[in-house]
Amino acid sequence: MGVHMSAADHGDVADPWLGTGSTAAPSDLQLVDGSRVGVIGGGPAGSLFTVFLLEMAERVGLSLDVTIHEARDFTRPGPAGCNHCGGIISETLVQSLAAEGILLPPTVVQRGIDSYTLHTDRDRVRIETPLQEKRIAAVFRGSGPRGLSEPKWESFDNHLLGLATERGAHLVRKRVEGLDWADDGRTRFRFGKEESEPFDLTVLAVGVNGTALKLLGDLGIEYRLPGTTKTHICEIPMEQESVDEHLGTSMHVFLLNIPRLEFAALIPKGEHVTLCLLGDDIDDALVQRFLACPEVQRCLPDGTGDFKRLCHCSPRLNIRAGLMPFADRVVMIGDCGVTRLYKDGIGAAQRTAKAAAATAVLHGISAEDFRRHMWPVCRAINGDNRLGRMVFRLTGLLQRFGFTRRAIVRMAASEQRRAGSRRRMSLALWDMFTGSAPYREVLLRTLHPLFGLRLMWDMAVCAVPRRRARS
Amino acid sequence: MANGALGREYQDGETIVRQREAGDCMFVIQEGQVEVLGEREGEEVRLAVLDKSDFFGEMALFERDVRSATVRALGPARVLTLDRRTFLRRIQEDPSLAFRILEKMSNRIRELNAEVVRLRSRAQT
Repeated sequence: MGVHMSAADHGDVADPWLGTGSTAAPSDLQLVDGSRVGVIGGGPAGSLFTVFLLEMAERVGLSLDVTIHEARDFTRPGPAGCNHCGGIISETLVQSLAAEGILLPPTVVQRGIDSYTLHTDRDRVRIETPLQEKRIAAVFRGSGPRGLSEPKWESFDNHLLGLATERGAHLVRKRVEGLDWADDGRTRFRFGKEESEPFDLTVLAVGVNGTALKLLGDLGIEYRLPGTTKTHICEIPMEQESVDEHLGTSMHVFLLNIPRLEFAALIPKGEHVTLCLLGDDIDDALVQRFLACPEVQRCLPDGTGDFKRLCHCSPRLNIRAGLMPFADRVVMIGDCGVTRLYKDGIGAAQRTAKAAAATAVLHGISAEDFRRHMWPVCRAINGDNRLGRMVFRLTGLLQRFGFTRRAIVRMAASEQRRAGSRRRMSLALWDMFTGSAPYREVLLRTLHPLFGLRLMWDMAVCAVPRRRARS
Repeated sequence: MANGALGREYQDGETIVRQREAGDCMFVIQEGQVEVLGEREGEEVRLAVLDKSDFFGEMALFERDVRSATVRALGPARVLTLDRRTFLRRIQEDPSLAFRILEKMSNRIRELNAEVVRLRSRAQT
């Protein structure tokens, strides 16, 4: 079909302004009344894309036939119904969804988060949300961990999928096993020996943990798997009262000197606590070492050190976009395309899904259309990820030394005590740990001269007593 | 399941925004109802009752002026705040995020027009 997607030959994806090999000019390919759209993947990216596409099509008086293909049943507890994720919906995403008219009910949100508590090996500080309001949502992507007999909360992914079908999308509970070009340039989906009617637009909204990305090979589309790293997620069961007592409505973040560990958090849910570790190929030894830390054990009931008996997984996380996420009549959104580094992957899925839907309805479905109208959003996420890497390197450096870790807590604690003060450290930590703001803003906050001066002062104060003690 | 409630809880009659106060955010009703009250010469007049998923305070996002009305909870209500800065940043990237607000504001102008016509007709008769 002459569709070609060139993979970048360096860390980040190449700018497609250099050319995608598209055969179609902008807006040569358009969705018209009755056009068929096939979405592969019914996670947040696929469902939100569908909701936005149908809503936008209705605004311009276009009638589309959208089918979501999702074999997974999100109402089933355990791995079969789970998309393997920490389950935090960022402050920014909660607000964006509310502005779109998508509210997250208490039947889906297990706990509203209004603060985070930063732990180091010596101290801890609780940092309140700037408005002291619960604007971060802790959810289960599926219906809950393995062994759960009666789920009390609805799956987040299932909730969004329900919104998509309520708006008129069809749901096909089959795994797409292959893709073929039809003679007229559209695509057909294969399910074993069966084949679908051709689709005018194919949307890949799959993660990086399955094999669905390889479907692109069927279309002769060159691709490279995104760069990934292994994470660790574990669901720790606890009584609701115990979660209230030990963790409350705060996300607990740990700044510890453990090599290869970039980020560690305990996220309170309804009757579980989600352990979420990010870093450089997290393995069992690193998990055990983290769980053995006294500051972690203080947040958990006795006997939770043996994580292997609990529902846990080690999903891969997209940390580097692997390809330009579009071709004529094909677009990739969510984790398989471009996503945010470490944080707010669902927020990035919402942004790319919206950009793809708006492009398809308002402009066209050629690679050129996606390059002109969707790529700027992907490029902004990629550019911000570069700054994110710098921020995480800087944090990793500060994590190494006891006096720097104490200085961070000291500075944040002093800001929390003084009402009305400029909370530069608190806000930088908040934005970084919750994924609420672009990494660019986090970096700019830390580059403020007053931030540097105050941090140096706190580092000096935290370093002095140790020298005295040694002498 | 109360732990999963997002936003902030307001009791019946509690003021969420006050007329003539400065504002830099808008609000989306998550649960319950609120009443919008206009104040003139010390008297309050109910302008509207808003329900779940309605929003208010949106004028503060687009103009730097004081609140044009007071909003109070009508029964227990839960309301989510949307920051001006976060929202404008998202609108810059995705202008269609403002469609729903424009649609609602357009509806409100239509209702106000109808109300002006009704009041003027009454004054003329």
